[in-house]
Amino acid sequence: MYKQGLYPIIKKTASAKGIFDITVLCPEVAELAQAGQFAQLLAEGFFLRRPISICQIDNAAGTVRMVFEVRGNGTEALSRLNVGDNIDLIAPLGHGFTKREGRAVCIGGGIGVPPMLGIASGYGADAAVITGFRNAAAVILQEDFKAAGCETILCTDDGSAGIHGFVTTALEEYLKSNKTDSIYACGPMPMLRAVAAIAEREGIFCEVSLEQRMACGVGACLGCACRIMQDGKEVFKHVCKDGPVFNAREVIFDG
Amino acid sequence: MADLRVSLAGVEFKNPVIPASGTYGYGREYEALYPLSKLGGISVKGTTLHERNGNIPPRIAETPMGMLNSVGLQNGGAEKFIKYELPNLVTKDTRIVANIAGSTIEECAELAGMLNDTAVDMVELNISCPNVKAGGAAFGTDCTVAGAVTKAVRDACSKPLMVKLSPNVTSITEIAKSVEANGADAVSLINTLLGMRIDIKTRRPVLHNNVGGLSGPAVFPVAVRMVWQTANAVKIPVCGMGGISTAEDAIEMMMAGASAVQVGAAIFRDPYAPVKIIDGMNEWCDRNGIKAIKDIVGTVKPW
Repeated sequence: MYKQGLYPIIKKTASAKGIFDITVLCPEVAELAQAGQFAQLLAEGFFLRRPISICQIDNAAGTVRMVFEVRGNGTEALSRLNVGDNIDLIAPLGHGFTKREGRAVCIGGGIGVPPMLGIASGYGADAAVITGFRNAAAVILQEDFKAAGCETILCTDDGSAGIHGFVTTALEEYLKSNKTDSIYACGPMPMLRAVAAIAEREGIFCEVSLEQRMACGVGACLGCACRIMQDGKEVFKHVCKDGPVFNAREVIFDG
Repeated sequence: MADLRVSLAGVEFKNPVIPASGTYGYGREYEALYPLSKLGGISVKGTTLHERNGNIPPRIAETPMGMLNSVGLQNGGAEKFIKYELPNLVTKDTRIVANIAGSTIEECAELAGMLNDTAVDMVELNISCPNVKAGGAAFGTDCTVAGAVTKAVRDACSKPLMVKLSPNVTSITEIAKSVEANGADAVSLINTLLGMRIDIKTRRPVLHNNVGGLSGPAVFPVAVRMVWQTANAVKIPVCGMGGISTAEDAIEMMMAGASAVQVGAAIFRDPYAPVKIIDGMNEWCDRNGIKAIKDIVGTVKPW
């Protein structure tokens, strides 16, 4: 079940260079949304919608928060929308993360960090959140994860904030001394591949959120194919409807 | 309230708007927004004899006012369509157009034959898919082959037969005449125009298939031209498509000679597009004193 409509932006901040954080008042969407789902946003002047992950759902306030990076002209157009403007969105789409018993580690790389806030908040103090960014200027959402009660481990590629190094190194270190039942990840393909390999080796349940060029967003056009292993056979599933969240054991990482 | 009913190859549609094959699945994804009974019909996802996994991603590229796709006819195969999708579709009170594609002439005929004893209202034979290696556009770009595949399917098929044509040809009217002479009851056009985009950072084509089919508002004027030329060249009805996004576009396409229209890529941008087009056509008729939408078909007055 999803909705399509024009909804007002009630809050907008620039959280880091080229990163925008918008909160949209859409009670009917907030009511349906689950952590890990996404929205298809219409950017003025562009033909296809932009798939943007849902960062936070506030059912009481009837709002959905999305944090996105300006990557091209379409997201640049979205970034020009201001508080009071209406945004045309289709949401919530896809299926999100599976909340389980026990303790979790949530791993986000760059603009893969925002979709982790919902699932991490679901675990609260039972989650550690390991995030990686290029540098200190690109760091986002650390206070939000802390406010949700999560332990945060920050990594940067250049060491200008937190640990100097990759999230995967921090994950291996964390797992040595912390019992973990579930791992959730979103970020670049090489990061996801490495996280999935660690989870497999340690025998830990792992879900990853994937990206692909998309058209309809609802499972009709079959454009956003991804390679999935099903019953010992490689098949093309679709990020918009079968995902964006998949069990890491099923994903054939090719990027 | 204008009379929006149209007739295409002897099949009556409650209105002229049909979501195009490959853009609407089997309708399941859009029922969350509105009942499918609002639609004139649905041209279902292209069905092949056996299950097809489709092309390697990326399969989608954005273009100015349009998009490229190279999905490659991913579908569950004819048996699955008949067993799982059709029983659901027949309850929706809308016309069912079964879009079929084969990699050989024999396969096309076998597929059409499988649909004879089903609730399908019409068969749309796709001889124009640009994204598959065998069959597809190879059938639709040569008059002799297009005629031969139409004849084989005609002989096997007891349903009204519409043949979907490729715009990637020197003369679409010659292909249309050939399929008409070989028993087609209608033609639908245009399928997508072959295109390409390159990522200049990686020097790689955006689509893994390198090339793909262009659709969306960018192709609309090409589609209007081809529908107009074809409607003037054949006696069988034409179902017009290619970049239709608004009621005004649909009206323009019908004035060019289309008896009905299909709406495709516009649905990706606005899932309500088919419904808005139907409502908009009705309002336009009322405003302009048109009693029946079928009266505007082919009424363009060329200079």
